[in-house]
Amino acid sequence: MRHIISLLMANEAGALSRVSGLFSARGYNIESLTVAPTEDATLSRMTIVTRGSDEVIEQINKQLNKLVDVVSVMDLSDGDHIERELMLVKVHAEGADREELKRMSDIFRGNVIDVSDKTYTIELTGAGSKLDSFLQAIDRKLILETVRTGASGIGRGLRILKI
Amino acid sequence: MELTGAEITIRCLQEEGVEYVFGYPGGAVLFIYDELFKQEAVKHVLVRHEQAAVHAADGYARSTEKVGVALVTSGPGVTNAVTGIATAYMDSIPMVVISGQVPTSFIGEDAFQEVDAVGITRPCVKHNFLVKDVKDLASTLKKAFYLAKSGRPGPVLVDIPKDVSNHKTAFEYPSTVNIRSYHPQVTGDANLIKQAAQMLLEAKRPMVYAGGGVILSDAAKQLTELVRLIDAPCTNTLMGLGGYPASDKQSVGMLGMHGTYEANMGMQNCDVLFAVGARFDDRVIGNVAHFNSVPRKIIHLDIDPASISKRVKVDVPLVGDVANVLTDLIKVLKSSKQKPEARKDWWKQIDEWRSANSLSYKNSIELIKPQFVIETLHKITHGDAFITSDVGQHQMWAAQYYKFDKPRRWINSGGLGTMGFGLPAAMGVQLAHPGETVACVTGEGSIQMNIQELSTCKQFNLPIKVIALNNRYLGMVRQWQEFFHGNRYSQSYMDALPDFVKLAEAYGHVGILVEKPSDVEGALKEAFARKDELVFLDFRTDSTENVYPMVPGGKGLSEVILAEDL
Ligand SMILES: Cc1cc2nc3c(=O)[nH]c(=O)nc-3n(C[C@H](O)[C@H](O)[C@H](O)COP(=O)(O)OP(=O)(O)OC[C@H]3O[C@@H](n4cnc5c(N)ncnc54)[C@H](O)[C@@H]3O)c2cc1C
Ligand SMILES: Cc1ncc(C[n+]2csc(CCOP(=O)(O)OP(=O)(O)O)c2C)c(N)n1
Ligand SMILES: [Mg+2]
Repeated sequence: MRHIISLLMANEAGALSRVSGLFSARGYNIESLTVAPTEDATLSRMTIVTRGSDEVIEQINKQLNKLVDVVSVMDLSDGDHIERELMLVKVHAEGADREELKRMSDIFRGNVIDVSDKTYTIELTGAGSKLDSFLQAIDRKLILETVRTGASGIGRGLRILKI
Repeated sequence: MELTGAEITIRCLQEEGVEYVFGYPGGAVLFIYDELFKQEAVKHVLVRHEQAAVHAADGYARSTEKVGVALVTSGPGVTNAVTGIATAYMDSIPMVVISGQVPTSFIGEDAFQEVDAVGITRPCVKHNFLVKDVKDLASTLKKAFYLAKSGRPGPVLVDIPKDVSNHKTAFEYPSTVNIRSYHPQVTGDANLIKQAAQMLLEAKRPMVYAGGGVILSDAAKQLTELVRLIDAPCTNTLMGLGGYPASDKQSVGMLGMHGTYEANMGMQNCDVLFAVGARFDDRVIGNVAHFNSVPRKIIHLDIDPASISKRVKVDVPLVGDVANVLTDLIKVLKSSKQKPEARKDWWKQIDEWRSANSLSYKNSIELIKPQFVIETLHKITHGDAFITSDVGQHQMWAAQYYKFDKPRRWINSGGLGTMGFGLPAAMGVQLAHPGETVACVTGEGSIQMNIQELSTCKQFNLPIKVIALNNRYLGMVRQWQEFFHGNRYSQSYMDALPDFVKLAEAYGHVGILVEKPSDVEGALKEAFARKDELVFLDFRTDSTENVYPMVPGGKGLSEVILAEDL
């Protein structure tokens, strides 16, 4: 099962490597990992997307909690949550393709954020699956470059991860 | 008044009541060594290899309730220490390792003797720190000691760059620590304790499986009271020996790969299993699917939630400190009107398994049997010595035949299985307990991994008794090759062994060669009569002896090989 785990950790040098080291040392899978400071500058928030059986996910949660730098952990997949990822796609946009790519970007509520006579750079946000669909919907040959941030997640309503 | 980082380091050790630091000097720690020189409260033990410094600090910690402390220089100093750190980590031993680092402005430049100590040790420490500012030094050391000994104990490394140890700041040792992300749970959940009590009272075939957590929590007293109260058989892991008296009738001995038949059959066939500070290691329950193939309820008490349901799913998880939770549990059991079920049939069954006499062995008048040496050692020391061990067959025989009645008397590397642990660990034990009897049971292979420490023993007058079960083989490897690799003894024969008697003498100690069974007792008596000397006993033991019983790797607990099966 795919799980999306959020955690708050002390914004200390090396904290990120403790988390990534834990995943590689114990053979856990990481699909994506994002991290950035929060409004409280002493804390970073990380979102990890992983896969595993219930037992493995339980261990991942416990092992993360055990890291001394980790303040709190929430498995967002345990309840209602929202997940967003940002993707930038640079496409070859000339001739008829130029119009078509703009149209597709609009359908997916993307923004063209950089334009040259040969290219567009499209910005898209959404759940990972939406970004995948966009890439499938456009002509593969036109894709010059993609960059994705990995998922960030947050609980719905009063599901709050804070200390 | 402002103090340098080096002065602060020593002051912190004094504040923590540190008696001994085990270490080895070098460039990056010169300021710290200079401060050590100027005071007497913290004594320094100069080892001959940094691995030994860490093992000695480890032995010191295991035999006391204190945190062991080691001090090493940057680069090779810290890489030499890694095996010791990993050994302590696997067995959850409280320890603070201070390492020197190149000056902060050199970090990252491939400077002389620079290694990323924090990076290298990260997977084998409870936590580690690089101190970049002398202002953080005192609070970091305070945190290090607190982390090392609280919750599930473990080694903590503090890496101090050379310039930080020379910079000055005002010194104040914090009286308390608060790490907002670290709050080990020590008291158990009252409802779950009640549930556990009920389960134990109603059990028809209860079994207590006690591990290293009992020793670490200093809870032998509570464990013993509980086991008697519920009238259950008690088995101990290799790490838990001494947590329940081995000579008691409710003890069924060690379990696992080389555990007794009654312990393993009891584990497999009980209806309620109470795991206390034990972690369902693969050497303990063997094949998980086989273990799970019979229904039983499991109560698991551990201070680390990650130990619970890691390999085996449990029914009642009790997160907390052993001593604490057992005290509460005993109260609940005592106040209950219900009495434990009658367990006559269960004890009858246990006794039947016991009568298989799985630890019996055929003694010989020609060849020295290793088991006989350990039994005699037990007799001569009245079962009251501190026994450290190396890793291999001799370790298993020491565990099986030296019946430990008290906690913290059996000091060995269980989780990492580090050859070379025994002698340096014995140094730490002897320093912590001057005047007590300390013996190191070892093999001719293992002892050579840290034999240089005989020199340290001379310098510090440590009258350790080295009991070498010299079988001329890497015996444990040979045994596996005999059982599972068609008797192909690939690289397990120990050729060109030194003359250990002369070697001991060269280091300034006494050496005794023992070749006949009839000389075993006399030699041991003589050795232990030499109270102030280190004696190296070279017992030439039967080179083909194997450790039984044995549950082969990947097999279930009841699929055991007994000595008479062969
Ligand atoms: C050659 C060789 C053969 C071996 N054969 C065997 C064998 O036959 N049988 C055997 O048992 N072992 C054997 N071992 C050892 C084995 O590898 C493990 O080290 C050992 O079984 C683990 O013991 P344990 O479960 O008691 O856990 P430990 O490693 O001692 O862990 C202690 C547990 O207690 C918890 N704990 C710590 N402090 C507290 C506290 N205050 N309160 C509550 N919980 C706490 C910890 O979180 C941890 O889960 C062998 C090792 C070697 C090298
Ligand atoms: C550092 C290290 N290297 C290798 C091993 C693998 N190993 C386990 S037991 C053993 C043999 C030990 O030989 P010896 O010390 O003579 O003890 P014996 O088994 O003969 O009693 C070896 C090589 C180990 N445990 N530790
Ligand atoms: Mg040997």
